Amino acid sequence: MARSSKYAAGCLLSVGDLSVAEVSAVLGLTTRLEAMPRAERAEILAGRRIALLFYESSTRTRTSFELAAKSLGATTTLVSDKSSSIEKGESLKDTGLTLKALGAECIILRHPASGAPFLLARETGLPVLNAGDGMHEHPSQALLDLRTILTRLGLDASHIDANSLRGVTVVITGDILHSRVARSNAMLLPRLGARVLLCGPEKLLPEDALGLGRGVEIVRDFDAALSRSQVAMMLRIQKERLAGLELDLGDYIARYQLNGERLAAHAPKALVMHPGPMIRGLEIAGDVADGPNSAIEEQVSHGLAVRSALLVRAMGLGGFESATV
Amino acid sequence: MSDILILNGRVVDPASGVDEVRDVLLRDGRVAAVELPGALKSVATAETIDAAGMIVAPGLVDVHVHLREPGQTYKETIATGTAAAAAGGFTAVVAMPNTVPVNDSVAGLGWMLDAARGSVVKLFAMPAATVGSMGGELTDFDALCAAGAVGFTDDGKPVLEDHVMRAALVAAARAGVPVSQHAEDTRLTGGCSMNAGPVAFRLGLRGMTIEAEARIVERDIRLLREIERVEGLRPHLHVQHVSTARAMDLIRDAKADGLHVTCEVAPHHFALTEEAIGDYDTRAKMNPPLRAEADRVTMVSALVDGTVDCIATDHAPHAAYEKEQEFERAPNGITGLETALGLALRVLHKGQGMPLARVVQLMSAAPAGIVKLDGRGTLRVGSFADVVVFDAAAEWSFDVAKTRSKSRNSPFDGAAMLGRVMATVCEGRVVHRQ
Repeated sequence: MARSSKYAAGCLLSVGDLSVAEVSAVLGLTTRLEAMPRAERAEILAGRRIALLFYESSTRTRTSFELAAKSLGATTTLVSDKSSSIEKGESLKDTGLTLKALGAECIILRHPASGAPFLLARETGLPVLNAGDGMHEHPSQALLDLRTILTRLGLDASHIDANSLRGVTVVITGDILHSRVARSNAMLLPRLGARVLLCGPEKLLPEDALGLGRGVEIVRDFDAALSRSQVAMMLRIQKERLAGLELDLGDYIARYQLNGERLAAHAPKALVMHPGPMIRGLEIAGDVADGPNSAIEEQVSHGLAVRSALLVRAMGLGGFESATV
Repeated sequence: MSDILILNGRVVDPASGVDEVRDVLLRDGRVAAVELPGALKSVATAETIDAAGMIVAPGLVDVHVHLREPGQTYKETIATGTAAAAAGGFTAVVAMPNTVPVNDSVAGLGWMLDAARGSVVKLFAMPAATVGSMGGELTDFDALCAAGAVGFTDDGKPVLEDHVMRAALVAAARAGVPVSQHAEDTRLTGGCSMNAGPVAFRLGLRGMTIEAEARIVERDIRLLREIERVEGLRPHLHVQHVSTARAMDLIRDAKADGLHVTCEVAPHHFALTEEAIGDYDTRAKMNPPLRAEADRVTMVSALVDGTVDCIATDHAPHAAYEKEQEFERAPNGITGLETALGLALRVLHKGQGMPLARVVQLMSAAPAGIVKLDGRGTLRVGSFADVVVFDAAAEWSFDVAKTRSKSRNSPFDGAAMLGRVMATVCEGRVVHRQ
């Protein structure tokens, strides 16, 4: 790809970095790592150093990347904006160069500014894994969502191609505007044959979203969208990014909440997903989150597995030894 | 001052309607003669410039540059910025007031224009329209005009309040100078770092809408109408760096109605679109932002059809470390003085068939006229000896490592240029030679 000269192989900055064949290779590696005895797995990255650089709070992503790295035998260090020289005004570039000088071979970055991982990857030359950048992307989330969908729909989760999700419709509902999860999924899933319906009010889902690519459609009526879908992905309203936008929550809940009645009426068999953190009673009813359709906890487990594979890939191992990204 | 004879060049001087091979004699800082080749053979001069095969045009004029002095000399100084201007063929530039401190006083203006600053070309300045460019109290227009102000602007931000803009237009009309407006309704652009639309959505960046530019242009035109009717004055509004078709339509209509509106377009707005941002390249971040292709095409057609009065660079140098930041945090602006002519000739002359004389006019006579620089922007006998000699056929690529500016924040590094400046003469002094 055109990015090869500027970014280290093994970077995952956007789902667009991965060809369909590479997505397939990551999923295959995920399966192999999962099947591997614990002790053997812990040898793969033994003695390697991985830094987690977090400028935003995180539970799932941070913990799963950290546990994934540790399960592979790597040494990890966590730097957060609240307890480092970042508070004193150190730039992202200098923070990255410092981590590199300390021996970090890979940096996992979460940052409130869209595009920050590109800057870090350019300036350090290290493989950088985007763990969520502003409103832009969350590529590892899209990969774990993909694995969850494949597994739950009974499809081959170790090998995919451009037709693996042919006939599958995924509705992503809620605060699309501020969601990096929505962008990564909407850009990844159609490349595997899925149809993605984006659903939400105009304020949270402008028509500009159609620019995410082919295979993406806007459907304002949640019931209509649900009735066409095999997968329903719900999103939290990101209060911290609303920037003055005002929403009538009562109206929002009436139109867009995924609750038991709505699910039973329009998509009784649909797989229910949520990247978390979820606000029960707002975008999703508690009984649906805990119900038989829900794959929310499986998503978290798949996150650990997929992120292990991404770390192995970042370090140039596991079949990615000669990877040209 | 020594004489200079420029021989055998094709003199393109739109202001006097000349487009012929001529010899040009510069004497005592003025154009002394423009004659048929050979007619000035007997004149003994200290220096001759062989311009055979070249274009000899009035020195270029830029009504919109940021020279960063005083206060931000790590980005640029008056000396380095005007050296870049000379290399780009410019002989007169108008400095914007958003320095530190803001240029809003007679003392500040005098300091800026003082020869001790080492300006390489003729330096003019537009002081702030409001004290500290804070948008409240007007500066002393009369005193500043007496000290050399060629217009007023709060560039970098708009004059937002209706009554303040109205008062500024009235005061400027009485002083006989334009108010130069940065048209951006900042109430609509908080947190925005690029053009609104599908590209911004995909990149997860908040976008500046077309309305944010159009609303200020619309409001200002309404004020012009009102002032003409109520005050019997004829204020001159100059709209800076127009970037959207919507604003251009408003300007076209206002001109048709006979209002005194002029506007400029920056080379990046006719040469690039928002796609240049690529993977968050901060060198493609400026304000107004790069727009969609339809807007770019409108800028080109408005340059061709005459709606646009002049090209201005909005030269805005920034240090490398400032641009090596997260896209949303990086400052707005790009350097532009050394790439303006090369882009105009490539995109407008070669790309659109715009006559060379029109390109020259957009970059010399027209901007000189907007800020009333008497005796500049033309090669008429008696004018200032401000001349650019360029090879209009030379194809080259810009190498930002060779810039005369102190900063390198250009999206045109490695970009194809057409037309190379061979010599720049300012008031009879050779200030650049290739």
